[in-house]
Amino acid sequence: MWPLAAHTFPHGVDVPDDKAATRGLPIRPFPFAPMLLLPLAQAAGEPPIPVVRDGQEVVRGQLLARADGFRSVPLHAPASGRVRRVARVPDASGAPVAGIHLEPWPGSTQELPEGTPCDPARATPREIIDAVQAAGIVGLGGAAFPTHVKLAAHEHRDIDTVLVNGVECEPCLTTDHRVMLEQAADVWRGVRYLLAAAGAARAVIAVEANKRDAATALERARPDDLPGTVQVLPVHYPQGAERILVDSVLGRAVPAGGHPADVGAVCLNVATTAEIGRLLPHGRGIVERVVTVTGTAVAHPGNYRIPIGTPLGFVLEHAGAHGPLGRVFLGGPMMGHAVPGLDVPVTKGATGVVAMRAGAGAAPREHPCIHCGRCVRACPLWLDPSRLGLLARHGRYAEMRDEHRLAECFECGACAYVCPAHIPLVQLVRAAKSALRDEAA
Amino acid sequence: MRAGLEIAPSPHVASGARVEHIMRDVVIALAPVTVFAVWLFGLAALVTLAAATAAAVLAEHAAARLRGVPTTVGDWSAAVTGLVYGLTLPPALPLWMTVLGAAVGVAGGKLLFGGLGGNVFNPALVGRAFLQAAFPAAMTSWQAPLADGRFTALPTSTLAAPLAAPHYDAVTGATPLAAMKFEHEPTATADLLLGLTSGSTGETCALLLLAGGAWLALRRVLDWRIPTAILATVAAASAAAHAAAPERFAPPLFMLLSGGLLLGALYMATDPVASPSTAAGAWVYGALIGTLVVVIRFFGGLPEGVMYAILMANATSPLIDRWLRPAPPRRHAARDDG
Repeated sequence: MWPLAAHTFPHGVDVPDDKAATRGLPIRPFPFAPMLLLPLAQAAGEPPIPVVRDGQEVVRGQLLARADGFRSVPLHAPASGRVRRVARVPDASGAPVAGIHLEPWPGSTQELPEGTPCDPARATPREIIDAVQAAGIVGLGGAAFPTHVKLAAHEHRDIDTVLVNGVECEPCLTTDHRVMLEQAADVWRGVRYLLAAAGAARAVIAVEANKRDAATALERARPDDLPGTVQVLPVHYPQGAERILVDSVLGRAVPAGGHPADVGAVCLNVATTAEIGRLLPHGRGIVERVVTVTGTAVAHPGNYRIPIGTPLGFVLEHAGAHGPLGRVFLGGPMMGHAVPGLDVPVTKGATGVVAMRAGAGAAPREHPCIHCGRCVRACPLWLDPSRLGLLARHGRYAEMRDEHRLAECFECGACAYVCPAHIPLVQLVRAAKSALRDEAA
Repeated sequence: MRAGLEIAPSPHVASGARVEHIMRDVVIALAPVTVFAVWLFGLAALVTLAAATAAAVLAEHAAARLRGVPTTVGDWSAAVTGLVYGLTLPPALPLWMTVLGAAVGVAGGKLLFGGLGGNVFNPALVGRAFLQAAFPAAMTSWQAPLADGRFTALPTSTLAAPLAAPHYDAVTGATPLAAMKFEHEPTATADLLLGLTSGSTGETCALLLLAGGAWLALRRVLDWRIPTAILATVAAASAAAHAAAPERFAPPLFMLLSGGLLLGALYMATDPVASPSTAAGAWVYGALIGTLVVVIRFFGGLPEGVMYAILMANATSPLIDRWLRPAPPRRHAARDDG
């Protein structure tokens, strides 16, 4: 039923998708943790400014922090309860950042009040963009870029296509898959907003071939009046990376350092699109997100709708994590971020919580680079990871930037995945970027 | 549940590829060639190959001990170097030369450059080139194939005392390349394919060399572009030369199957450390080797040129990598396939 798109991208790697444990499990609600930890900065851009004080009672969906300028994203209360204090909370790296501690009421029904609805047929593009911002929506595919900023690109560029990313090429993760299956109507409603906001003529929803059932569900739910199509792409990592996807689906090369808008497209994650379709008709803000909880240490893996701010410890406890934990990471195995402790909360960008049992095997010994070229053939951007790694080891960061396109690397991990010498290429690239940032500052 | 979690950079999964496995695969691919060499040349080949491999591994181990670092013999690269080196030697080479060349190859060709991954030249060929320069007579004294008594006694030259001129048994044979170059005497293609000729220990049997190389290419251990470019260039250049002057230049099939071309193209030119890492670079590098092989064989003083061709191309591969950096395929202007 779904012919594969003939055009896909060269290079990349084939990674076992490991989605069997959760792909068939419907999205389930999640209980409220005794304390929610809400970092103010959950997206790129300026962090929002708190509008609540210590001890204040709030209702679910109420604004906790207002946007500070156009690139900033507001924060809403994920639960009715009491603001315990406006104080530092751990971010994904465990570092303390400005945030809010919110204590949900144990007995509350946690009703969500209605806000001001936004009608896609009547609203101006600017009104939709403002509504997306007011809803606190960021890229739910992991990048957590403010969605309204992407949409506003059409004010400077001609956008002809809205590209909805349902590729979910990260192994283990099934949130986008479940959202497409269970919320197909929300997805199309979101597409309606996106088309209107970006002034685009058509929409394409891209799905990887291991989710043909989702493609079918979307096709069935598609309203006849919407200029949208569903396209199935071959399973290949990192098919879902924005610039790769724009190339795969539209055959357009996003310029280095540029955005899809430069080639007439806006690209949004499918869960983000569904969230827009779910929230805007009610004028609500985002208070929860679908997260895949899985890994060898998790007894009850699943796709859960988890309140923003839920600490990982609570998440894992309820998913039945057992035994001593080894590595716990936010996101998928290819690009996920290992967390130092379980007080780290689920934020808007968290696609998955993967917990591995301790002693899963010592890391294999690192060898010198033998220039086998596997990383060169894996890099979807046609960089030379082995050369970048070597230069990073010698601290030649400026050379990496000036001659080897360091800035283009989005750290997909394909190079490190295939490296037979187990050189931590992604880490070396990150170290170089961070050193160059410090130097510039 | 307690914290004390394991922190590591992404990715958190790996393909399972390992340097040790890559190196070990080369040894496996060469196992049939090795067994065939022992059948063809008897105890002489067995002793030569064993001594070459053992000496290379010991040199690697000793160097690690001297540097006070954990031994690196576990990565199998020294074993590969030693075995490949042994396969390029005349089977009846004096043992002390075999050992000396292995030590020079590993110590001078690899460890001086910083060990695995640092060498500019293929260490096996560095060892062989040293012997070729130091002992040209011994390096061109060949044992006849399938000699009587090859399983019961070693050639007297094998056990020659160090630094003494080795005495050679009467049964020596010219290699097909030497026979062609100096006596214009061709060798039957079937003999070349099956390897029933005189020559270096492991270079004679084209079929087994090709089979092992194909297996390595399928396992992506070697870049198929390099041998393909080498063999295509040799075939094209010798076909042109042969068509112009058939009495002077050997035909392409003979050129492909004789001497160390297959052993070199499949197992030495493909040493990832000393060859370019991009696809475009592999083509250029292979074509360069093929050209040099034909030039040396046709116009040089020696009948064989594979070793020097590869060593010279090794020296250019950093330059090739610099010139031919990976770059995305050039895209047409934005197109619309909606």
